[in-house]
Amino acid sequence: MQWETVIGLEVHVQLATKTKIFSGASTAFGAEPNTQACAIDLALPGTLPVANEQAFRYATMFGLAVNAEIGKRSVFERKNYFYPDLPKGYQTTQLAEPIVGPGFVDLELDGGRTKRVRIHHAHLEEDAGKSLHEDFAGMSGIDLNRAGTPLIEVVTEPDMRNAEEAVAFAKKLHSIVTSLEICDGEMSQGSMRFDVNISVRPKGQEKLGTRTETKNLNSFKFMEEAIALEVERQIDVLEDGGKIKQETRLYNGDTKKARSMRSKEDSNDYRYFPCPDLLPVIIDDEYIESVRKQMPELPEAKRARFVEQYGLSDYDAGQITMDKFAATYFEAATTFFKNTASQTGETKLIANWIMADLGAYLNRTEQRIDQSPVTPELLSGLVVRIKDGTLSSKIAKQVFEAITNGEGDADTIIETKGLKQVSDTGALEKIIDDILAANAAQVDGYRAAAEDKRAKMLGFFVGQAMKASKGQANPQALNELLVKKLNG
Amino acid sequence: MHQLTIAELVKGLRNKDFSSVEVTQHYLDRIARLDKTYNSYITATPALALAQAAVADKRLAAGNAPALCGVPIAHKDIFCTIGVRTSCGSKMLDNFIAPYNATIVDNYVDSGVVMLGKTNMDEFAMGSSNETSYYGPVKNPWATDCVPGGSSGGSAAAVAAHLAPAATASDTGGSIRQPAAHCGLTGIKPTYGRVSRWGMIAFASSLDQAGILSRTAEDAAILLNDMASYDTKDSTSVERDVPDYTATLNDSLKGLRIGVPKEYFGEGLNPETAAHVEAAIKVYESLGATIHSISLPHTGLSVPAYYVIAPAECSANLSRLDGVRYGHRCENPKDLNDLYMRSRSEGFGDEVKRRILVGAYALSAGYYDAYYSKAQKVRRLIKQDFVDAFQNVDVIIGPTSPSPAFKFGAKSKDPVSMYLEDIYTIATNLAGLPGLSIPCGFVENKPVGLQLIGNFFAEARLLNAAHQFQQATNFHQQTAPGIE
Repeated sequence: MQWETVIGLEVHVQLATKTKIFSGASTAFGAEPNTQACAIDLALPGTLPVANEQAFRYATMFGLAVNAEIGKRSVFERKNYFYPDLPKGYQTTQLAEPIVGPGFVDLELDGGRTKRVRIHHAHLEEDAGKSLHEDFAGMSGIDLNRAGTPLIEVVTEPDMRNAEEAVAFAKKLHSIVTSLEICDGEMSQGSMRFDVNISVRPKGQEKLGTRTETKNLNSFKFMEEAIALEVERQIDVLEDGGKIKQETRLYNGDTKKARSMRSKEDSNDYRYFPCPDLLPVIIDDEYIESVRKQMPELPEAKRARFVEQYGLSDYDAGQITMDKFAATYFEAATTFFKNTASQTGETKLIANWIMADLGAYLNRTEQRIDQSPVTPELLSGLVVRIKDGTLSSKIAKQVFEAITNGEGDADTIIETKGLKQVSDTGALEKIIDDILAANAAQVDGYRAAAEDKRAKMLGFFVGQAMKASKGQANPQALNELLVKKLNG
Repeated sequence: MHQLTIAELVKGLRNKDFSSVEVTQHYLDRIARLDKTYNSYITATPALALAQAAVADKRLAAGNAPALCGVPIAHKDIFCTIGVRTSCGSKMLDNFIAPYNATIVDNYVDSGVVMLGKTNMDEFAMGSSNETSYYGPVKNPWATDCVPGGSSGGSAAAVAAHLAPAATASDTGGSIRQPAAHCGLTGIKPTYGRVSRWGMIAFASSLDQAGILSRTAEDAAILLNDMASYDTKDSTSVERDVPDYTATLNDSLKGLRIGVPKEYFGEGLNPETAAHVEAAIKVYESLGATIHSISLPHTGLSVPAYYVIAPAECSANLSRLDGVRYGHRCENPKDLNDLYMRSRSEGFGDEVKRRILVGAYALSAGYYDAYYSKAQKVRRLIKQDFVDAFQNVDVIIGPTSPSPAFKFGAKSKDPVSMYLEDIYTIATNLAGLPGLSIPCGFVENKPVGLQLIGNFFAEARLLNAAHQFQQATNFHQQTAPGIE
């Protein structure tokens, strides 16, 4: 039987507010346990929450970015359950009246396919603390630093049909929230966490299959792996005549295995009701417009601008603007070309370097582009020397490597290593004459060959000459001179 | 000295008739000597009180001290106080010391008010007789075999027994007004949002409001001046200027339109209580007020609606008391569930458990619409009754409580009869309106309370009406028998 996969996502996005959603405590990551939890976060008796306006501003920005209706009236509710890292015994969240209503995101997939994923809604809520199960000999430690950190939970419709689409959506969402600067996007620190709802059904069937939820995936790679594993598991169960149990599952990225965490029967009755400590928040059109005006440029708008302003191809612009930091890096690098004549060629080169060599280097060394030791100024200095013919692309790679080793800027490295490309006709002629003299037989062969064979044979002489010049010969000048001399 | 009202203490401190340390010491001595009988305090704070009094005396000597500087009062043990245990009448918080003051406590600290101690109360303010306190029942100074009312029974008994000139209290369904009625005091519950809830341990957040128990309406006005404030730490606090409540106390009542709801005089009301309330209405008529019969048609639904909404909110409010971070924790828990179950089973009393269960039930899947949603709809209807009534009248008058103080144990086995104690007071909380109780007579030598309900933020008018009544009567000047 042919199976179709159906995927919906719930994404927790930590908002980059300075303080918590209902208290004045700091949200900074990595402090000593419980040093960033005030009386409100500890849920001491008599304390009361006050909503953080910035969280509403960020959620509104998000709503506008995903083409959603903004909830003019949003209401916090209490979701009741007991857990040691949930200090109040309830989570303050939104249910019936969320801040962000229905919206959508358009994805571009490989092969130029596009896909619209509908957003069901997104709501504001507070994060819980953390339970630490190690280091406490038979007990658990509780760290409430994270308790009360503002989140938006983005809930999609079950519109994705495979891991590729789900990951593309996740990446797009990451790109949107980081471009808006409402989330730092640090997935390893839990700034974005994905819950994936997966079901399968026979192809052509309309009714959805029973779904499972794999919780708390914090990397695109784990998400892809977890989906593949769960789809395979569900199909196996069904093909063996079994039934899928509605359950919550956990995926372990280290062991590449998943396990059931709890079944639906064990799930809580959360007894939601509107939080009487917080009044409904009313948002008017004027507020929404003020937020819209302050919104940073979104990836799609930026992409169009990069095509227009820098002459990038739509594809390249899309690649660069996908990552806010790459886009910022790119624009920083281009500022160094203000006075050069052929700006377009250079900006394209910058884009290529960011996507290819720099990207590969950062990946390999696990560094972020905004913390790259190859600064925009260093990269632009290199590109200038490629463009003006000082460096061949091959030598440029050597210079780039030297830059990554901290050996200075391109000009310094060219100078100290003597890597300047040889375009000088006199110097090239000398090299070519030597090569031709040393390879008289090949020269004769070349001259005797038919025109259409010669192009192939030319490579031999180019290679020899390049070698003799230690790779510094300007390839174009070398070619021209060689042909001239050989044709004699 | 303990016969003096707050107004007289303010004057005496200014005139240097006595110092704050002297007044404070006098009250501390009385508490130490007499409170064994009444059990009105959970924690007396003599050292702190004397230190505060000494500071107050310095401020008074320096001049420009706030009006209340040097006046001692007691705080209900529901208000958090830095460095002093705040138990809320529960074993659960027997070891809890807050690192912050309630905003009302801070307001009084700023005014130089001295805290004598923390008063007894029904556990987590759940009760109408002060019998649910972990620290034992409080005795009514008027009849020591009777309850003082609740949940602010300790505050009421302390003031009635002259163990404090006045006390703070809180009212979720009548917890200030009903004890005021049973102990012959003036008790005011302000409009919801008038007084900050920060630092007041929550029972039912949408209904809780702090207020005052005092001997006179004038004292209540003086104390409310400093208690009321807009507080950015409480989202439900209302940003609105606080008037000087004493400024209008002597306004004439000529032309005041008084509404008398017929639903407040039906079945269940003690006939003698009814007679005293009717006589009080005649007093108002003689003071120039006009009397109008009105109807609050949804009155009968207020107790059922309240006993869904209040328990629902409390079931969540009390979830934080889980034995994890503070408060009572059971010995040697086996696992997490055991920790929760035993800590909460041991830490909470029966009435608190009953309300948590009722509330959790009313909110649970499949019952939410039938109970919680419906109760909220009823609440809107009850509020609308008052909004309509206040189109035509300025103040609504009726009994505070259906009958005078009852004997210990008389109602504690029958929760519903206990809940009906608050039948006339609960609607005010559901509507968010201010309410006040003043003494208007005696039945079997026990005080009877007259309830005045005002429009939103009409505390000044209520206090004015109460003060004028007290100028014309002397019920409020009676002292319980046997009080030295």
